[in-house]
Amino acid sequence: MSHRSPRLTKIAAACAALTLVAACGTSDDGDDGGGSTGAGGFTAPDLPMMEELGEGEGEVNILAWPGYAEDGSTDPNVDWVTPFEEETGCEVSVKYFGTSDEAVNLMKSGEYDVVSASGDASLRLIAAGDVEPVNTDLIPNYADVYDFLKERDWNSVDGQMYGVPHGYGANLLMYRTDVVDPAPTSWGAVFDEDSPYAGKITAYDSPIYIADAALYLMKTQPDLGIEHPYALDEEQLAAAVDLLKTQREMISEYWSDYLKEVQAFNTGDSVIGTTWQVIANVAQAEGAPVEAILPEEGATGWSDTWMVAADSENKNCAYLWMNHIVSPEANAAVAEWFGESPANPKACDLASKGHCETFHAGEEDYAEQIWYWTTPVEQCLDGREDVTCTDYGDWTQAWTEIKG
Amino acid sequence: MSISPVFRMVLRVLTGLALLIIYVPLAVVVLNSFNASRTFAWPPEDLTLEWWRRAADSQGARDAILVSVEVAAIATVISLVLGTMAALALQRYRFFGRDAVSLLIILPIALPGIVTGIALNNAFRTIFGWDLGFLTIVVAHATFCIVTVFNNVIARLRRMGESLEEASADLGASTFTTFRLITFPVMRSALIAGGLLAFALSFDEIIVTTFTAGAQQQTLPIWIFNNLFRPNQGPVVNVVAVVLILASVLPIWVSQKLAGRTDGLAGR
Amino acid sequence: MTELASGGTRHRLSAVLHRRPGLRLGLLISPPMLWLGAAYLGALGALFVTALWAQDSFTGETVREWNLDNFRLMWESEVYRRIALRTLGIAALVTLVDIVIAFPIALYMAKVASPRLQRFLVIAVLTPLWASYLVKAYAWRIMLSEDGLVADVGGFLGLDTPGYGLAATVITLSYLWLPYMILPIYAGLERLPGSMLEASTDLGARTTHTLRRVVLPTVFPAVVAGSIFTFSLSLGDYITVEIVGGANQMLGNVVYDNVGAANNLPFAAAVATIPVVIMLVYLAAARRTGALDDV
Repeated sequence: MSHRSPRLTKIAAACAALTLVAACGTSDDGDDGGGSTGAGGFTAPDLPMMEELGEGEGEVNILAWPGYAEDGSTDPNVDWVTPFEEETGCEVSVKYFGTSDEAVNLMKSGEYDVVSASGDASLRLIAAGDVEPVNTDLIPNYADVYDFLKERDWNSVDGQMYGVPHGYGANLLMYRTDVVDPAPTSWGAVFDEDSPYAGKITAYDSPIYIADAALYLMKTQPDLGIEHPYALDEEQLAAAVDLLKTQREMISEYWSDYLKEVQAFNTGDSVIGTTWQVIANVAQAEGAPVEAILPEEGATGWSDTWMVAADSENKNCAYLWMNHIVSPEANAAVAEWFGESPANPKACDLASKGHCETFHAGEEDYAEQIWYWTTPVEQCLDGREDVTCTDYGDWTQAWTEIKG
Repeated sequence: MSISPVFRMVLRVLTGLALLIIYVPLAVVVLNSFNASRTFAWPPEDLTLEWWRRAADSQGARDAILVSVEVAAIATVISLVLGTMAALALQRYRFFGRDAVSLLIILPIALPGIVTGIALNNAFRTIFGWDLGFLTIVVAHATFCIVTVFNNVIARLRRMGESLEEASADLGASTFTTFRLITFPVMRSALIAGGLLAFALSFDEIIVTTFTAGAQQQTLPIWIFNNLFRPNQGPVVNVVAVVLILASVLPIWVSQKLAGRTDGLAGR
Repeated sequence: MTELASGGTRHRLSAVLHRRPGLRLGLLISPPMLWLGAAYLGALGALFVTALWAQDSFTGETVREWNLDNFRLMWESEVYRRIALRTLGIAALVTLVDIVIAFPIALYMAKVASPRLQRFLVIAVLTPLWASYLVKAYAWRIMLSEDGLVADVGGFLGLDTPGYGLAATVITLSYLWLPYMILPIYAGLERLPGSMLEASTDLGARTTHTLRRVVLPTVFPAVVAGSIFTFSLSLGDYITVEIVGGANQMLGNVVYDNVGAANNLPFAAAVATIPVVIMLVYLAAARRTGALDDV
């Protein structure tokens, strides 16, 4: 028997109601008014910082770049997490991410207490209110950190520090020594149209990689007038996009998972491309004949900061972790494992011979030559007032177009 | 049958080829679980039992399997209940919007997993304000498991017809008694088949789970995803996969015996 | 006394239910409908509402301003069209490949194999479903690499491994979804009464003719049912193409990157409408053929 169901009407009403609820639901962190102004002209929300360090809460959830929080599972000899757990009683759980975008997104879930943010993530986290100012008085080891890493554009607002510097390093060019001959000295090896390694080139899968192309253009097409690889107006961005589209034809794979790159170099599916020192180290340990070099045009890089989540429930453990990671022992261990310069000069006494020289630890002029990951914004970072620069949204769109 | 012998031979060969295609990658997985090279150099130069030893010790794998089993079990129970109810409703009654309802039941599985995943993620976090966790995974899994139970039960109900139940009512049995003594026993094998398929579906699901699991929960697919590329863990993942394959043969065989030939297959 | 009373209540309840089929229907259909209709549909609705909003690209927060910018961007920007077509092509190709491979084995299982062999074959086809999807995709990554199995075998035939790319994606996806195509076709063929085939032979038709004129049309809904899965699963997949797809991206990747990395849920939701619309059209067409009964 046919039954005109009032149920359907009720269901339709319920759907409509739910949609309305959704309209009110999806979060919208409005500007919290009253706050300091950061570089690029955003307003940092007014959030309180910890005044006193209490007892550890027993756990801490770390969001880190791969290699920053090793607990012995990658290599039994590489472990600075277990000593921390034993010392403080804070049990550590680590989540790795592959790009700064992922980090920013994961921090919004509110499940992590402390994050190692690069310069292209830190300001966005501050602006969104996902991280809070850090009371550096509560971190004894902070006093030792290199001065030129403190109170910089990417980790502070109006003189207020939002985190603890971790270290800095450059993106390198890695290649298979048995396949790539002669050894490359320039980024042209991955950008030039007639590269003999076409089809086996790899690149970093993030819009921020556009800056690497811009960096190459700074040297090869000076009439474009690029002064700062993160300050690109529309014309300059278009040139970089063209270069990357040409490169796309030669790419085997883009990588954001660092182990995927290790594996690709191992099997020979990729033979040359952008890398981090830690990737070259792991690949070598796996038996792949690789080398990583800093090309003559210079490089993009990172200067990372450990930051505390504003909504964290384990802030004491978070502060304890931050203090631990810039302690000489841990900072030396991570700097060696990852292949970067430590933030704490005392770490150089503990690191293996020559490490700090290789990575130019403490050399302010060298450090100033690395183009650290920074979020591109409309207000040109090179100081130009007459044009609007492209912002990260534009870069993200461009990146999708490049990949095709 | 009325199929020519030549044709039969052709089919036999093609079937053999198909089985070969299906099992060669699995053989690679088994081989790699013994491969001494951490990056699965091919062909394997050296074999070792080291990974099996590590897998036996791996706390992460064990925890992940446990979480997956728990999630799958609860999701299966929920989908059994809901799927059976829906099947009974749709098969026994005609009502306005019947077609729409059957479409709705298929939707969670017919729409790409990523759409379901981000929709549920958005709903859980922003509308309901829940934290992602064990419960959200279960809810998500139950949603797309309903259809497997539904398909099996409705196929069985179609074949069963209503005459038995009507006879039971004529003889004076109450609605509940009829269900308990007549309907349920007939449906039982369909429930088992549907339930097993739902369990398998939930156990191996990765895409929707990625969006609905919290940071603390690792179902087995998530654990595999996190460890697949890690040099020290990749081979262990292969071991776990082999164990799963071997462990699954028994439930599949049981389900086949119980379900009879057609019903168990009409679902996924 | 209490037992009688409870017995009485149950009986009264049962009587009410017996007299009121509408009430029975209501009780049966409400929980599933609340779950699927309200919760699931509501979640989908909420998602597509966000497609009409925007995102602050600096902070990543969703800004609730109503606009059609996301859709306009998708429409105007050539790359999304290209990606959508590429994804559609892959899904269609995967479906075709699966039908071609699945049909012979399903026919063999249904009409030629002995009952014991049948059961064995069903188990053989179902077992790979339990090997994790990721492990299988990764196995293909290893097989397709520079000096992997495919390169070795191909070497005998004078071919080389296709490497990581679209071909590899199609191969891997076809492999992954094969059981989902075999089983519905097998079920459909099983339901085909043997008498039909015998009648066809009696009327003088050869096997191929019988196949073409009798079997295929009858089994067509089952094939469509299987294709719903292979098509939908391929349409939204983003993991396989990341593992074996080289530098390529599919619609699923665009959605995933925008939800995850770019944290641009509005745009991701807008892109997600494409596969949803495609699948709804597909399902509507499939319903016509009666395939939905076989799913």
